[in-house]
Amino acid sequence: MTTLLARRLLLAVPTLLIISMFVFLLQKLLPGDPVLVMAGEDRDPAVLELLRAKYHLNDPLPLQYLAWLVNALHGDLGISLRTNQPVLALIVEKLPVTLQLAIMAMTFALLIGIPLGVLAAVKRNTLIDYIVSLIALAGLSVPNFWLGIMLILVVSVKLGWLPASGYQPFSVDPLISLKTMLMPAFVLGNALAASIMRHTRSAMIGVLSSDYIRTARAKGLTEREVVLSHAFRNALVPIITLGALLFGELLAGAVLTEQIFTIPGFGKLIVDAVFNRDYAVVQGVVLCTAVGFISLNLLADVMAVLLNPRLRASL
Amino acid sequence: MTDTVMPAAASPMHRAIAKLIANRGALVGLTIIVIIGAVALLAPYLPIQNPNATSWSAIRKAPSLAHLLGTDELGHDLLARMIWGARASLAAGLVSVTLAITVGMPLGIVAGYLGGWIDLVISRVSEAFMAMPFLIMAIALSAFLGPSLTNSMIAIALSALPIFVRLTRAQAQAIKTEDYIEGARSIGLGPVAIMTRYIFPNVLPPILVQATLTVATAIIAEASLSFLGLGQQPPWPSWGSMLNVAKNFLDQAPWMAIWPGTAIFLVVVAFNLVGDGLRDALDPRSN
Repeated sequence: MTTLLARRLLLAVPTLLIISMFVFLLQKLLPGDPVLVMAGEDRDPAVLELLRAKYHLNDPLPLQYLAWLVNALHGDLGISLRTNQPVLALIVEKLPVTLQLAIMAMTFALLIGIPLGVLAAVKRNTLIDYIVSLIALAGLSVPNFWLGIMLILVVSVKLGWLPASGYQPFSVDPLISLKTMLMPAFVLGNALAASIMRHTRSAMIGVLSSDYIRTARAKGLTEREVVLSHAFRNALVPIITLGALLFGELLAGAVLTEQIFTIPGFGKLIVDAVFNRDYAVVQGVVLCTAVGFISLNLLADVMAVLLNPRLRASL
Repeated sequence: MTDTVMPAAASPMHRAIAKLIANRGALVGLTIIVIIGAVALLAPYLPIQNPNATSWSAIRKAPSLAHLLGTDELGHDLLARMIWGARASLAAGLVSVTLAITVGMPLGIVAGYLGGWIDLVISRVSEAFMAMPFLIMAIALSAFLGPSLTNSMIAIALSALPIFVRLTRAQAQAIKTEDYIEGARSIGLGPVAIMTRYIFPNVLPPILVQATLTVATAIIAEASLSFLGLGQQPPWPSWGSMLNVAKNFLDQAPWMAIWPGTAIFLVVVAFNLVGDGLRDALDPRSN
């Protein structure tokens, strides 16, 4: 177990280095002198020179990267040009909002995706299976920001059931918090539910045709016992791994969802930063997302091993 | 079902095409793509209004005979904008995926066939890029490249690139061990000839499937970027930017939001259907 963990951690290092290089080089795509942007109205040559020295802009590119990387490793991702706050502090502040949205979305996705997937597998090649497949296709194809707009139109504007926007921290008022997040979480979880549905279906079909299921049936277990306690338990392993991997997609999807429902999270942070030309924040968000995604991948690997005794034995 | 009609000596490609046509879903998808594609291509010649002509006397008018799909907040005719928007969406989907394949396939073939340190570098880099969620990377790239339809296509292509590198590499690695590659090597063909003449045509089918599915993703990505204001710039329309405006007029002019979203949904469903159909048709196991 520890060797596996150590090996995976070691493999993540070059990946992270390459990502950091990419994020660093992003700012070199910008036309013009970054110092002029940072200094704003203040064009005093002395100030410009000071800024150049501070960000090592007179050094050759590799040295600039090294200085930037050392800062990043110390948690210094730069200062937001707009709010003058450290980028890392901004991200940490917004993270709980997006995390709540993502967890609620994942809950939706699992609650919809797994039962429907199991149902489709059990009722394979019947009308129910086709309907579930159609729902999954629609879920994968509908742009989630449009789904959000349509839900606002129907649920908020026409019916007035749920608020179209507004965010309440969970710690302040859990009930209102959950209520305002209900629609966004559904919108965000929708595509995921479709993905999980498809994978659950094919995993269940694979398991249901295996020998031990025939044995379970032969010894007289009811179909319910066969499906739920024998087949489903084994089909669950790839689904859990998939869930962890899809969590990264959730973070990306949150960008649009937060924009539509004006939720002040991680995704709104990057979009606002793009429009305010607050490049350090954009870089910080990309870097943090990648780190989060890689950590989740690692977690998924470890979980797969823990859940599958055969993989454990091979270590 | 169609297998009984097919002559026994049909080539794998003929069999695949016959199976694709027999797949009802894929056929529906293909029809939708052809119709919308033709309308988009013919946009300049169709008897529709100028998509960028504003009219203060026709602001946010509901669908009527004069404006079949209604008008928007500047009095643009929405039918004309939908048709010109189709050009932006389809072009973005096709161009970005073509770009990603053109760069990704050679890299994947080289990595898979040659192996060694070239493989190590290419694999590590593409793995790193896969660790950044598609949309976040596309947003970041468009932010730094500047907002425009062209730049969003480049951003989407770059984000889609690693998928093709990885898929091609895995295929090339599998094909490398086939007997006919051994044969080609033994008659003295060099690595370049083997890669172009033997590996390339054999990795093509799975790439084709992935490409079709990625066009669907790319169209959603372009719509998302345009929705955020990072893609197509005004006055030219794209379905995503139309939705961006529409969300501000939901209670007064809901039709502004209904058409572009339905169009994106239809096109994406169509590409997904064709992609799924292609996968089934090209899967040798399903024979």
